Amino acid sequence: MLRTAAQRALNGAFVSPKQLGVLVTRGAGDAKKPAQIEVFIDDKPVLVDPGTTVLQAAALVGVEIPRFCYHERLAVAGNCRMCLVEVEKSPKPVAACAMPVMKGWRIKTDSEMTKKAREGVMEFLLVNHPLDCPICDQGGECDLQDQSMAFGSDRSRFTDIDFSGKRAVEDKDIGPLIKTIMTRCIHCTRCIRFASEVAGIDDLGTTGRGADMQVGTYVEKFFLSELSGNVIDLCPVGALTSKPYAFTARPWEIRRTDSIDVLDAVGSNIVVCTRTGEVLRILPRTNEEVNEEWLSDKSRFAYDGLKRQRLVSPMVKVDGQLQPVDWETALIAIGKKIKSAGSDIGVIAGGMADAEALVALKDLINKLGSEDVCTENPFPVNGSGTDLRSSYLLNNTIASAEEADVVLLVGTNIRLEAPLLNARIRKGYVHNETEIGVIGPQVDLRYDYTHVGDDPCSIKDLENGNDTFAKCLKNAKKPLIIVGQDALNRPDGSGVLLAAQSLAALIQKNVQDPQWKVLNILHKVAGQVAALDVGYVPGYEKLKDNSKLKVIYLLGADEAIERSQFPSDCFIIYQGHHGDCGAAIADAVLPGAAYTEKQATYVNTEGRAQQTLVAVSPPGLAREDWKIIRALSEFVGQRLPYDNLDQIRCRLEEIAPHLTRYGNVESANYFSQALALALKESATVNKKPISVTQKSLEDFYMTDVISRASATMAKCVTAYKTQQCSKY
Amino acid sequence: MISLKNIARLWQKGLVRNLQTSSALQHDALFVHRDTAEDNPDIKFEFSPENLKRVDAILAIYPEGHKRAAMIPLLDLAQRQYGWLPLSAMHKVAEILDLPRMRVYEVATFYTMFIRKPIGKYHLQVCTTTPCWLRGSDDILSTIKNHLKINVGDTTCDKLFSLSEVECLGACVNAPMVQINDDYYEDLTCDDMIEILDELKDGKRPRAGPRNGRYASEPLGQPTSLTSEPPGPGFGIRSDL
Repeated sequence: MLRTAAQRALNGAFVSPKQLGVLVTRGAGDAKKPAQIEVFIDDKPVLVDPGTTVLQAAALVGVEIPRFCYHERLAVAGNCRMCLVEVEKSPKPVAACAMPVMKGWRIKTDSEMTKKAREGVMEFLLVNHPLDCPICDQGGECDLQDQSMAFGSDRSRFTDIDFSGKRAVEDKDIGPLIKTIMTRCIHCTRCIRFASEVAGIDDLGTTGRGADMQVGTYVEKFFLSELSGNVIDLCPVGALTSKPYAFTARPWEIRRTDSIDVLDAVGSNIVVCTRTGEVLRILPRTNEEVNEEWLSDKSRFAYDGLKRQRLVSPMVKVDGQLQPVDWETALIAIGKKIKSAGSDIGVIAGGMADAEALVALKDLINKLGSEDVCTENPFPVNGSGTDLRSSYLLNNTIASAEEADVVLLVGTNIRLEAPLLNARIRKGYVHNETEIGVIGPQVDLRYDYTHVGDDPCSIKDLENGNDTFAKCLKNAKKPLIIVGQDALNRPDGSGVLLAAQSLAALIQKNVQDPQWKVLNILHKVAGQVAALDVGYVPGYEKLKDNSKLKVIYLLGADEAIERSQFPSDCFIIYQGHHGDCGAAIADAVLPGAAYTEKQATYVNTEGRAQQTLVAVSPPGLAREDWKIIRALSEFVGQRLPYDNLDQIRCRLEEIAPHLTRYGNVESANYFSQALALALKESATVNKKPISVTQKSLEDFYMTDVISRASATMAKCVTAYKTQQCSKY
Repeated sequence: MISLKNIARLWQKGLVRNLQTSSALQHDALFVHRDTAEDNPDIKFEFSPENLKRVDAILAIYPEGHKRAAMIPLLDLAQRQYGWLPLSAMHKVAEILDLPRMRVYEVATFYTMFIRKPIGKYHLQVCTTTPCWLRGSDDILSTIKNHLKINVGDTTCDKLFSLSEVECLGACVNAPMVQINDDYYEDLTCDDMIEILDELKDGKRPRAGPRNGRYASEPLGQPTSLTSEPPGPGFGIRSDL
């Protein structure tokens, strides 16, 4: 199961046929494809590539073979035996998931033998399964339930209850996120394979054998990974279920709303499950381009933060204290302040601001005659600055990261900043022999990498250097340079960007694929790309120096913002959904909607516009953000010309048409121009080692207002600390 | 209606059935680790210098990239050195092979010959499968129990003997038999068993193999079959060929 570097070289057989197929088709375009072979699934002929399994061939003609252990994104295990089918002239049924088809095979997925085999396997599974469906959280979305209905027998022959009883296995404590009821486990080993292959944490395994086999950690140890929650989805039965969601709801009571996650810049596709105006859980939604079918733990479990620390009513400071008031009072008070400030107003937009609110607020401030619209997160503005999109996007898209042959990570703990992008890189590392180099601190990325250097000078050294990794990078067919925010937010950030740009330009020359873009920037927050797209200035340094400033408008800006950074007579308005640092220093608070409560546009780090949908209504008096700004504009006397979502989206389209092309990546390709402009100004790098803000898993869980308000995330931090003290 | 008092009285008489629990038919070994005084990760385990040479020799057998195949020999070596296989020894093996510890736990728990709890110096494994049982393995077992005053699964107070009941060890011809550490003691009688145990107690190594005087699985006394001279080539072939 484990792939060490040398083993990968020697043991190609570990790669599952599907992935092999993918690699073959991608890797060698001009190589001659082997002839397809014809097989018959229930007498329906189908042409497939050699090496295709029976199960995949059946899927091609729309025949779904039942399975428990088989999962298309994991290695084939072939141990549940549920996928047994009859193959003509074969004396025994064959396991469809592991058996490659041969020419002319006639596979019978509905024959007597197949039915009997399935029924038998199902009977064995149920003998060792507690049948506690009424108290099981998986009930209603359980593969075992569904398949026993479809393929199982209608009666039981299990009468052994008085003699030896049912198998019972003690539950394991594997952390605050995953609840285990190990008696329900059917030993499909999906969780073990996920942990080992995708998450890269070999903490789960099987101990014992035969009837005594159990899945677990053997020693008392938490299964702590940034992707651990995915084993809940993978588990076909109720052995691994969500701890925070335990005994909350049944799947048929739940309303599902497709949405987008905004807790990191990946923009994972999610399903928000709600009942009676409450978010009960968040599940991943398959999107091959973004998150496949995984979701990071923060995105999945931080939803309880949506119920705590919320701003539910507009507030205005009366006698030095924020007092709840109604909307009219608040808007009149704020309107007066803004009117009197005139153009001495500045905006700081936080990491979770949506494009609609960003555009509305920028329009309003521009109408007032100010250009001081900034984002909270800085970005180098030398040279072309953020005028050319290619300078600040993950240009090569998330999905193609797994095809890269050499990856250079500069100043990013990518595992914690974008867990799903890291999963892609790890996939490349496991199946595609990707070489990875890191500039910055030596963080744990769950794969082996070459540590190139600590400081940004190493980027220059790579350009001129001749060591193994430099050679590797220069000869690469599909190299990637991923620059993180922690490298760019330094005083010499422009220098780092310039160095990365010139290195990328150098190695781009060797790249054959015209679509392949070497330079990639990874953002940490979901709103940054949209903000830069609509013309916000990255960083609010210039607001700090401005002593004339009379009003500051914080649009969800909460990270390390202090009152002392601004003039003391400055009136601070905070609009957002959580009472955090921003609201604490505000003179007036406007309660906005969180991402589950508004239909809003977000652009992820690769430049893909996606929209969230309304799953629940905002709590209390809170409103959608752009509507608040639209309402405020009338009180300021600068009415904004849009009254509904369609109209503001038309405005979005006027500014940046890609913002409303949902699901698409608007690619950018102005690398040489950006480099030429950047070279005009001299930007140097210093020798100070790059540090990253998220060093270990402990720093992953609580990074924004929602996750900081989440009790589940706090428990994860505690669990991590407990684990650090543990001897295992 | 029966009052509570009545139920209590019936209970005392044993007329009310207690809550029924089904007997747990489980393996006698645990498949999760529990820290004990004898077995916890703080206990140091290092291979002895001579065993370190053996480790290198074992690793040299396997080609680069397949070093993890040395896991079972290394675990066995650790067990021979320590007497049984503590958690720290598994960790040591994982360290040597550069594998996640879980992968070693998996193997160590899979094989019953890896003993993961303290055990006596001599591990008496009495075969009680049908051929041995027919030839009186029950008597052998009870002799051991009485002589050492222990039950199956126990270890004597002096940490010298541990008793296990095992399934067929493949010496049915010489039934009944007992395996003590690496040696087979076969064709046993109760007296033989006592003699063996006493010799072991005195620190001697009793002669392994059949106790009734025969060589390996050959018949006692003279051969009873295949006694004639073996026929040469051409035996039984038609004369006209």
